[in-house]
Amino acid sequence: MARINVLKTYKNFIGGKFPRTESGRYFQIKNGNEELLANMCLSSRKDFRNAVVVARKVQKSWQNATALNRGQVLYRVAEMLESRKSQFIEELMMTGLSKSHAKNEVELSIDRLIYYAGWSDKFQQVFSSVNPVASNHFNFSLLQSVGVVSVISPNDYSLLGMISVIAPIIVGGNTCVILSSEKNPMASISFAEVLNTSDVPSGVVNILTGKRKELLSHFASHKDVNAIIYCGDNNQEIKEIEHLSSENLKRVKIYKHKNWDHNSSQSPFFIETCQELKTIWHPNKV
Amino acid sequence: MSNIDLNKIWNYTTAKESKDHILLKEKYDLFINGKFVKSKSRKYFNSVNPATDEIIAKISEANKEDINFAVKAANTAFKSWSKLKAKERAKYIFRIARMIQERAKEFAVIESMDGGKPIRESRDIDIPLAANHFFYYAGWADKLEYAFPNTSHEPIGVAGQIIPWNFPLLMAAWKIAPAIACGNTVVLKPAETTSLTALKLAEIIEESGLPKGVVNIVTGGGKTGSEIVNHPNIDKIAFTGSTKVGKLIKRSIAGTHKKLTLELGGKGANIIFEDAAIDQAVEGIINAIFFNQGHVCCAGSRLFVQESIFEIVVEKLKDRMSSLIIGDPLDKNTDIGAINSKEQLATIKKYINIGLEEGGEIYQKKCSISEKGNWFPPTLFLNVSQSHTIVQEEIFGPVLAIQTFRTIDEVIEKANNTPYGLSAGVWTEKGSKIFKLTKELNAGVVWANTYNKFDPTSPFGGVKESGIGREGGLHGLKAYLKFK
Amino acid sequence: MSFPNLLTVPKIDKTGVEERVNRFCKRSIKNSSKTHGLHLALSMIDLTTLDGKDTPENVKRMCYKANHLHDSLQGIPKVAAVCVYPTMVKYAKKELKGTKINVASVATGFPSGQSSLDVKLSDTKFAVNEGADEIDMVISRGKFLAGEYNFVYDEIASVKEVCGKAHLKVILETGELDTLDNVRKASEIAIYAGADFIKTSTGKINPASTMSVAYVMLNAIKDYYKQTGIKIGMKPAGGISSSKIALQYLVMLNETLGHEWMNKDLFRFGASSLANDILMQLQRQESGYYESIDYFSKD
Repeated sequence: MARINVLKTYKNFIGGKFPRTESGRYFQIKNGNEELLANMCLSSRKDFRNAVVVARKVQKSWQNATALNRGQVLYRVAEMLESRKSQFIEELMMTGLSKSHAKNEVELSIDRLIYYAGWSDKFQQVFSSVNPVASNHFNFSLLQSVGVVSVISPNDYSLLGMISVIAPIIVGGNTCVILSSEKNPMASISFAEVLNTSDVPSGVVNILTGKRKELLSHFASHKDVNAIIYCGDNNQEIKEIEHLSSENLKRVKIYKHKNWDHNSSQSPFFIETCQELKTIWHPNKV
Repeated sequence: MSNIDLNKIWNYTTAKESKDHILLKEKYDLFINGKFVKSKSRKYFNSVNPATDEIIAKISEANKEDINFAVKAANTAFKSWSKLKAKERAKYIFRIARMIQERAKEFAVIESMDGGKPIRESRDIDIPLAANHFFYYAGWADKLEYAFPNTSHEPIGVAGQIIPWNFPLLMAAWKIAPAIACGNTVVLKPAETTSLTALKLAEIIEESGLPKGVVNIVTGGGKTGSEIVNHPNIDKIAFTGSTKVGKLIKRSIAGTHKKLTLELGGKGANIIFEDAAIDQAVEGIINAIFFNQGHVCCAGSRLFVQESIFEIVVEKLKDRMSSLIIGDPLDKNTDIGAINSKEQLATIKKYINIGLEEGGEIYQKKCSISEKGNWFPPTLFLNVSQSHTIVQEEIFGPVLAIQTFRTIDEVIEKANNTPYGLSAGVWTEKGSKIFKLTKELNAGVVWANTYNKFDPTSPFGGVKESGIGREGGLHGLKAYLKFK
Repeated sequence: MSFPNLLTVPKIDKTGVEERVNRFCKRSIKNSSKTHGLHLALSMIDLTTLDGKDTPENVKRMCYKANHLHDSLQGIPKVAAVCVYPTMVKYAKKELKGTKINVASVATGFPSGQSSLDVKLSDTKFAVNEGADEIDMVISRGKFLAGEYNFVYDEIASVKEVCGKAHLKVILETGELDTLDNVRKASEIAIYAGADFIKTSTGKINPASTMSVAYVMLNAIKDYYKQTGIKIGMKPAGGISSSKIALQYLVMLNETLGHEWMNKDLFRFGASSLANDILMQLQRQESGYYESIDYFSKD
């Protein structure tokens, strides 16, 4: 008798743990032949709320980690992903990607992590300034993380898209709660396993699976979230986000482009998006 | 403890700045497409001197049609202005800076007459900073490619700009200078109670030869403002004002193509440690809250004093308050002028009552206050805590809420315990403490051993509910460029 | 009297001091308040001559001037004192007999203060015996900068002892003290050691008095008064050559220590040419014309 495969139970990733959704609901992911690939957690606003709590809790210590440290943590994530490359290629292929496309996406994902790992202790030097004020003061401006960021991850490029969005967020000292690709959440949750076996502190990245329709408004309105990144081009959704984010003047960034495999989808400006500029004055006479 | 008596001081006779050379028209029209035009509304409202209750001019109320006209003019002007050689754009802006300098005194006097701020401040701070702001951004016009290397960018289009009444000309400069330096055109609305210096600026703009329609100045109240916010052909909104209105604006432009920067309210924490240079700190605390009658979004309105020096700090504050001179804004010796409007005075009084009802202990400078005009004495509130309304909400007046703290972590937590995040102050002579505090405080601007300092090169703006985006400096250009 | 706790001496931020001083300078003093201020300033002057070439004759002439500033101007006060070297005290004393003008003498190896304690004490005693009402001593700046604060304190206390009834002004020579923090520290030491007045400068070092150092010293006086109820006087000296500057100092005094210090018992200007400038201003206030210095005696 042939061996029966052990199927994976996909769960959310919150605070370094893999809990089931608090709602107990699920949705099905099928392949092109309408065969069931997996049952995914259909996360609720409560799952989101719980994730924000842990993301907030660890944000300060992650922000206060040295830039060198954050860079090495990101690099470690890349290493872990590299070692599990074949798993991700397989998972991406399950939802219909050709082998070469899947391989390309995974490799680009690894490279992107390394790209941002390298920026960790450099972007500050690019964006900060010393301002020559016309008085007896030393004045400088530097970037600081915006805080907790909620992310509506790209639907396409479920792995590369998500990594392209979250790497610049976390390298800058933010923590985040992500709604993974609705189309293919499997690679996203598997990526959580990578995060969990690397050195990313628990709670820095939290990944939920579920429906945009249900969660978008909460991602946009939660008042303890400092910024929201939305990937997509649904104008109705964009309007809703911009509207609801007014409640606490959340920073909103919309990524309408879909070419996450392109070089233009990586730059330090993606890091700057989730940073606040702080200006400091001090007298300079003794 | 012996008390210093600064009350019976050698009295300075009034040293009134002359307003003889000030030419104000009886009525001011709208400045659209390079000239002054009558409003389609045919309506005028009064601009009142808040120190005397005198009507000093009548101001047009722009309606929807007027805004349409202004936006159309700005749209048309954008086509050529955005294509004009950047170095030529710069020359116009340099010219405006110079012309403000030439007419600085006139601007200062009008600013004080219209808004109630002491002539010392309008003369030494508002007007020179406004001119410097134009001068600074003029220089950027042909150097933008160095500001954001490895990007490609272009001007956004027509910027709708709405500014507050606390620094009328300065805020106009903060808005207009970077916008036009980047190649945008502008429809700017000054605040209802303080339109005059913006209209005087319009005169300068007319004389400077700036191509018509590049800067349009329309006057009116909230309704006029919402016509600007909701106009479909405006591409960018820049607003400075209250957090409440800021949220409304953000909501109403949701889903449109409009870009947005907001500079909103604050409740700045000013923190003084026992190892501070105490006399300079006290002076800084005074300046933080009483500058411009406390009508400052970044005012240090929450004072945190380390317990060990609480008594001495409060006593020194009271001493210093007794030497403040309150009165005629046009008197060169006035430290504290008039409250900008009857409405604002009512708001301040409302908060004072709330503070008293909630058990706060009040201390006010004794001063005789004229029957005419809007006045409010410098005020301290003691015996208040984080839960008191006057500690939480922005009063926008000369009212300081004082609390104590024991440890660094405690004061950081309290300072950050607010939805605002515009500014903060730290007073200590220990360098590492400064770096710890400036890092941990949630604020866009942190003044260490100083307060309420502004400069064209220095980015200004808030985090959290104090705003979005920065004005000033290299970073201030970003708000007026579209990145491809 | 006790040695001050130097650990608790407030730190000074220079930029902040300069900003505060700038505010004093921006006060506009006009009309009657100007006349009042000028009269006050005149009454606070220590008319000074401190040159190697001083002779009894020029000291006498200066004393005459002190007593007859400008007789054609009605109702103007006399200066507070004349300030001379110890050897000139007796001539000044003689010349000013019967007036209320004090004779102040510099002492303690003025201006450098680089003498032994014995020499300093006998220098002081000599001046006091010659009739000096006030002694302007210098501190040992070298010792101060070397951190020998006890030495500086003891020296002042010793001089104070031999002053007897004469008032002691302690010159910090702020132009040599490098920082405002040091100015504050030296002020504390001088006050605690028994100074009746603290004084900025000898006039022989550039910079002499500045508004900034004087402001720091006024704050030391203020804090001491708050703690003890004892009023210490203040004397800026050197560089105060115009009415305008003098009025700025008075504004600073007025807004820092208040009206109780606004008299010659607690505030002096050490100056030589200031008196004539004030006289010119007062004459102008009266006549409405701008004056020429040629109409005022230069003794």
